[in-house]
This record gives sequence, structure tokens and C-alpha cells, in this order.
Amino acid sequence: MKNRYATQLLFELSKPGTAEEIFPDCDVPEDPPESFLPKELLAPEPPPLPELSEPEVIRHFINLSQRNMSVDTHFYPLGSCTMKYNPKRNDRAANLPGFVNLHPYQPAATVQGLLECLHTLEGMLAEIAGMDAVTLQPAAGAQGELTALLMAAAYFRDRREHRTNVLIPDAAHGTNPASAAMAGFHAVEVRSDPRGMVDLEDLAAKLDARTAVFMITNPNTLGLFDVNIRRVADMVHAAGGLVYLDGANMNAVLGIVRPGDCGADMMHFNPHKTFSGPHGGGGPGAGPVAVKRHLADFLPVPRILARQGGFALDYDRPKSIGRMRSFYGNIGVLLRAYAYIRTQGAEGLRLVSERAVLNANYLLQRVRHILPVPHGPRCMHEFVASAMKWKAARNVSAMDVAKRLLDYGFHAPTVYFPLIVRDALMVEPTETETKETLDSFAEALFRITEEPEELLHEAPHTTPISRPDEVRAARNPILKWTPNTDSA
Amino acid sequence: MAYLPQSEDDIQRMLEAVGVAAVDDLFSHIPPEVRFGGRLNLPASLSEAALQQHMESLAARNTGTDRSVSFLGGGCYDHFIPAVVDFVASRSEFYTSYTPYQPEVSQGNLQALFEYQTLITQLFGMDASNAGLYDGATATAEAVLMAIAAQSGKRKVLIPESLHPEYRQVLRTYTANVDVTISTLATPRGRLEPETVAKQLDAKTACIVIQQPNFFGCVEPVDALIRAAHEAGALAVVVADPISMGVLKRPGDLGADLVAAEGQSLGIPQQWGGPFLGILACREPFLRRMPGRIAGQTTDRNGRRCWVLTLQTREQHIRREKATSNICTNQHLMAVRASVYLALVGPHGLRRVAHLCLNKARYAAKAWTDGTGLRLAFDAPFFKEFVLRAESETEAARLQERALEAGFFAGTALGQWYPELQDAILLAVTEQRNREQIDALAHCFACGRLRSPAPQHAAR
Repeated sequence: MKNRYATQLLFELSKPGTAEEIFPDCDVPEDPPESFLPKELLAPEPPPLPELSEPEVIRHFINLSQRNMSVDTHFYPLGSCTMKYNPKRNDRAANLPGFVNLHPYQPAATVQGLLECLHTLEGMLAEIAGMDAVTLQPAAGAQGELTALLMAAAYFRDRREHRTNVLIPDAAHGTNPASAAMAGFHAVEVRSDPRGMVDLEDLAAKLDARTAVFMITNPNTLGLFDVNIRRVADMVHAAGGLVYLDGANMNAVLGIVRPGDCGADMMHFNPHKTFSGPHGGGGPGAGPVAVKRHLADFLPVPRILARQGGFALDYDRPKSIGRMRSFYGNIGVLLRAYAYIRTQGAEGLRLVSERAVLNANYLLQRVRHILPVPHGPRCMHEFVASAMKWKAARNVSAMDVAKRLLDYGFHAPTVYFPLIVRDALMVEPTETETKETLDSFAEALFRITEEPEELLHEAPHTTPISRPDEVRAARNPILKWTPNTDSA
Repeated sequence: MAYLPQSEDDIQRMLEAVGVAAVDDLFSHIPPEVRFGGRLNLPASLSEAALQQHMESLAARNTGTDRSVSFLGGGCYDHFIPAVVDFVASRSEFYTSYTPYQPEVSQGNLQALFEYQTLITQLFGMDASNAGLYDGATATAEAVLMAIAAQSGKRKVLIPESLHPEYRQVLRTYTANVDVTISTLATPRGRLEPETVAKQLDAKTACIVIQQPNFFGCVEPVDALIRAAHEAGALAVVVADPISMGVLKRPGDLGADLVAAEGQSLGIPQQWGGPFLGILACREPFLRRMPGRIAGQTTDRNGRRCWVLTLQTREQHIRREKATSNICTNQHLMAVRASVYLALVGPHGLRRVAHLCLNKARYAAKAWTDGTGLRLAFDAPFFKEFVLRAESETEAARLQERALEAGFFAGTALGQWYPELQDAILLAVTEQRNREQIDALAHCFACGRLRSPAPQHAAR
């Protein structure tokens, strides 16, 4: 299905004089801006934005939407991203006028329902984490990491300890070392052992009086539960450091393992993954941070206080790291997380993780004969297969497999991550997929093994475009439309 | 239990295939000392119907700007959101997709980002835009970090008190462990004075941050300020209000090096402060220091125009600790909302909404200072917000309290951020307010003044 509404840009569809009249007439005396504002600051013309009628805008964007795969239209086993079903009831709840139309500087007395909801959410997340205090402020998982690391820096400053290093396993997400650098720390890589766990010898060698924090993702990015977690935490604590748990993979262990019980001092959640907030094409997410009691004083301000007569915002926290962002947090995302946890309850959350792990193990079992899983035979909520043998035998890469899967109507797994598995394909089916969907995905992979190399190298064949030239995009960056932009 | 589509029979067959007897066996390798033996202490699960009632009862205990008349601003505004914006943003294909890792099945999102970047450069007159950051405050912090990274040896940053206090707080948090000196410039007259600023700019100054219009609503002499910065060899970071671009000169046309902005005004609901949209745009020389995602145009194997994420060697998933920032996501759905808004209102709609804000704010400032005991705090020109001072702190709080009882959110008290402005209130008037509402609040202010002092309640 092709038409110019999708393939042309807004700027090419623009037709002067066709934009809608949206705003009302002025009901107060109207004077020209020059009577209010200094002439040298006034724009002679409005910005050169495109002009389109409402029907044209709708047709353009709806056609654009149809050029995306999404959870609501396709199986989306993008490893590490937990692309589960996004319940519509959560959207309806979060979009209630009594939530959507709230201004952050309204008097607290006029937002008591919201504050109660957020305060309850903090408590529920603390319970799931096995920790004592929660901030909902961070805007995303990466900002949650940064928040926690800034708290760690403030904690050691408060204790007059000079610690410069953050230790991070080689399997970690790129955000971990990037957050460490942003918080002013030096990132030190710790190896994984052949089983995919943190290499305890390497950890011991790198732990010292300079160690501020050890960041661990558990289950890790190989989809494995690091069974040494307690020992790792003890080692870090013995060296005087703090343990940070990257909660990216909490979907595997809800109600089964609590990071606080494993010795973690702080962690973040990804509510847009674990608690089913939609991913929005790349945000908005949220990154609530849970901490143990000894770190609570350092949480960002404001905190929500429950006191007699109602909820209030507390700014009087002398040891706080300060603010991480304007206002309070990504409320729309947090309300969806609240609605999800209230829907599931304790039993439901546990079942979510059980089924996520069952689905992943079943799919692993179905595909491991096609694509080896080096760290199998079992996994938690996801697994990492390797296309290395295909590469050697037939020159078919992980990317070729990923691209061909698109033709079968499946979003591709995450490819080439984690970095410690060669030709990695990281598959996370989530709990909201049927057995039939998993079977058909496995069958598609099997059929791909029998397809000619040339067909795979040229895949995908049925998508709106074929493989784009990414090198050209980077070498000759065209980052905006101009009147002479090539409209080929 | 919800959203689990496996039947009992499916589960049995899956367990058999895996080779275990029970689901619990899949967790048996987890050492008992870290297994949670109990049951999470969470409220009982709710059916969909019960959840809806529960959420409605929570929402009913909030009084939003749909039930009160809001004159609140300070970085979050009640601007009109056309139905088309909500409609497009609720399309599953946008809101349940993710990062365009596979461009062949993400052209909708990628093209939307390329259009967003173009619209932002058009709006602010800049060379390049990224695909979005968290909010205006973090975008400002990232812009300052870019300015520092771009000039070795320069570690001083000038921040005026007329910059949003929360943005200043975020900048301090972000730079707590970075070797940077933040100097605050006083703005006792509500805005910066180029001659005074020039004295503070020196060879060590990496950048000055100028908010336009500033936190007090005043229009800064941004042209002269940018000139002063450049004469001292410093960069100019302008924090701009997107709606004001309907009437004010674009920062890019005045020589700004970096523009940061809060995109909430562009079709994003207030939602008690988030999710919002951080806008970041720059001049060409700073492009490769930009944090976050950027979409670029290229061609596919058949020569068709298409879009991909590009210049990714700046980003955390490639560069790890050497990345320009740790940011991963781009508030994509909010960027799409901003694009739809700008595409729909167009240049003339933007000019219209800016004129409405300007004229209504001007009218309100006059009405609210006429026989109310309130006066304008600053004599600088303003756009859609302004600061009023009462005869005392007590009087300011009392007027706000009375207005609240009468159904108005009559601005934000500034004393929490500015000790010298304990008697001052920041008020915003958008195109959403009408003359009747403005007059009614004027009446409320005037009557409030005549009454004997009521018992004190803290407004916030």
C-alpha cells in the first residue's frame, strides 16, 4: 500500500493558505505587538512552518503510523525491552481529566487523589524491590541510574570517603558506563565468566578502596540469573562499596526475588517495561529508584509526605542530591504502572514472571536446534542465541536473520547485544504471547535456515523499504528537510 | 491474573517441551537465600471495572484546570490541544512501538522524527535538532554540558536568577561532580542588563544561559546579551518558549549557539508536570556533541528515500562511558505530539496563539492591578506571564487563598525560590482564558482587599 501521504514529507505536502483556523477571536482589546514589545526583538514573519489542512495532517500521520511495527500489531520479541501488551484500561485511567489537567504548581490540597496514588505506588515499588524508600522522579531508566549514582557520590561525600570507581560487568547495557561517567565516576569493566555470571576473581581484583558502586543487572543481559548475587554483594560491601541493581529485567522475578534481599542497596525500575506502560516509539518511560534506609536522605526532592490531614511535598531534605528534572516525574507513565500493579496484585505479578520465564524457556527449547544458545539450556525471561555458526557456514549474519524475520511478520530480536556473545540475537517473548505465536516464530526461523543465502542477504523483501544505507546517512548527514532536499 | 493467554493445556505442553514438571522448576537454580519466600504485601487485585471506579475516585479528589480557572505557568501551561494531536498519539502503531532499531519496519517513527527535527529548526532558526530529551530542565543541563565540552579550559557558566529556579537546581544536580563553576547573576529588575553581564563574562566563561521570555515572563534583551557573550568568546544558550516564536525573533536569527526548550506547550497535556518534551537544537559546529537520538535521511537498496537513526557513535549503546550523554530514549511520543501540533497550527496559527497570549496577558495585568493593591513587580515588557506584588506576604497569600475558594488558580508564590519576593505571585495567561475569567479574578482580587483579614492558610 503506497501513497504520497506517507512517502512525502509534511513540508512537501504544505500548501500556503490551507491551515486550519484553530484559535478564537480575541475578546480583549487587541493591539499590535510593537505596542508591547521592543521592535528589535519582534519577528517580521512567523517561523517558516508548513501549512496543511486538518484532513491532510491526519492522512499523513496515519499513513506514517502504518509504516511501523508495534506490539498491538505484531509479535515484538525485542530482547531487553520487554515489549509486552499495554493494557488499554491503564490508558483510560491515566487519561482521566482529573489526572491529565493537573498543573504541578497547584496547591497540594487540590491534588490529594494524585498524591495518594503516587505515595501508594512508592510503597508498592518498595515492597517489590525489598527496599525502604522510593523516588518516582527520574524520567527514564537511564536517568534512574544517574540519580542513584549521584546519590552514591553524595553518600560517600557525606561520609568523607573519596571513591572514584564504578564497576560494571562487560554484559551491561551501555547506559551503565555512560551514567557512571556523567555522575563523575570512572567506569571499570568486570569480566563475565564462561557461564555468563560475574567473574568473581576479576571482581575481587578490581574491588578496592576506590570502589564506590558495583552495578549489576540481574537477571543479566544474557537472560541468566546470577546465582552468586549474594556473594557479589558481600564482596562489594566488604570493600566499602554500594550495590546498584539495574532493574531492566525485573519482569523475570516479580515476587520471586527481591533485589533488596539479595544485598542491593539501590535499584531502578523500568515501569514502561515491567509494568506495561507503552514504549511510545522510544519514550516517555520512567525510572523510579528504590533504596535502602541508609541512602534515603539523599533521594531527590521533592518527596511525597503522608501526614495528618493529607499528603504534601517535602523540600526540606538537606542531604538530598537536589532535583533531577523539573516538577515531579512522568506522571502519565507512573499512573499506568499503578493501574497495572493494582490489576495484577501479588499473585498476578508472580504469574507474570512465571509465564514470562516459561514462554522464554519454551521458545529457547524450540529454537536452540536452529540457532545455538551458548549460555543455555535454560534462561529466565529472555535468551541470547548466536548466529555464529550460520555466519561461518553460510555467511548468513545475525542481521540477515533479523531482517528476514521482518518478512515473516515478526519484529526482529535485539541484535549484536550483549557484546560478549558473537552474532547475538536476544529474544524476549514476554508473558503476553500465545504458544501459537511462539511456535510460528520458531517455524519461521526454521524455514529461514532452508532459504538461499542471497535471499537472506537481500532481506527484507516485503517491508515498505529495503535495507537503508546507514553509512551514507552518517557520512553525509541530512538531518532536516530543506527546499532542496532530495525527494527521490 | 491478567493478560496471560496460555491455557492450562498449553502450559503442560510447554513444560513437557522444556523438560520440567512444574513452572517452579524453572526457578530452582536461584539460591534459597535470595528467593523471596513470602507473598508481596500489595493491595488485592482489582477487576477492570473496579480499577476504573478506583481511578475515577482518585481523580475526583483532584481539582484540575478543567474544573478551576488556571492562571498558573512557570514552565507548564494550559494551552489548547487540538483533537488531532490526541488522536494521532493514541494510534497503537505509534504508542506501542519502540526505538527504531529496525528501520525497515519503523519508517513511520523515523520519518516523524526527521519531520520533528526539521520543525524544531524552523521554529528556532537553528541548524540542527536532536529527536528529543526528557524536559526543558534536563535539556538546559545537557546544553550547558555541551557548551563546556566544546571549549577546553573554560569551566565557568553564567546563570541568571531569571532562569527557571528548577532548571537551575537540575543544572546544579547534573554538574555536582563535574569541574564547573556556576555563577549566578542577580536580576533585581526582572531581567538581565547587558552592560552588567558584560562585566561578568571573561575568558574562562564557557557559556551564559538566557531564558526568553524568562521565568518572570519578562522579555530579555537577548540580542544584546548574545552579542556580549560572543564578544567575550563565550557561547550563548537560549532557553526559549516555543509559543513565543509566533511573535519574537528566533534565537537562531540572533546568533544563539544552543537552544533548549520545554515542548509541553506544543500539544502536550499538563499531567502534573510530565511526561514532557526536552527540545535541544544547535548550530552546526556543535552537532557531533549533541546528546540523544538523531534521525537522518538516506536511501534504501532500491534508491528510495528513507530514514535511519544516525551519528550513533555519540550514543551510550556504542560509546558507553565516552558517550555524549547517558540518555537512551527520546520522549518519542511527545515529539510526535509536538510535530502534529506544529503541522496543524502552521505559521499563522502560531502567530495567532502568540498574539492572543500577549494581548490577554496585557489586559489581565491591567485589570488585576486596578484597585486591587497589586502592582507589577517589574517594568520590563512581558509575553504571557508576569509577576505581581501585593502589599505584604500575608496579603499575597490571602488573595491567592480567596481566589482558590472562588475557583481560580491565581498564580504561583515566588517566595519559595526568591526570598526577596515573598509578596510576589507569578501569573500566566494563555489563549485559553477569556475576558470574563480575567475580569472575575480582578473582581475577586479587588473584593479580597476590602475584606478584613481572614485566618491564614498556607496556599501550598
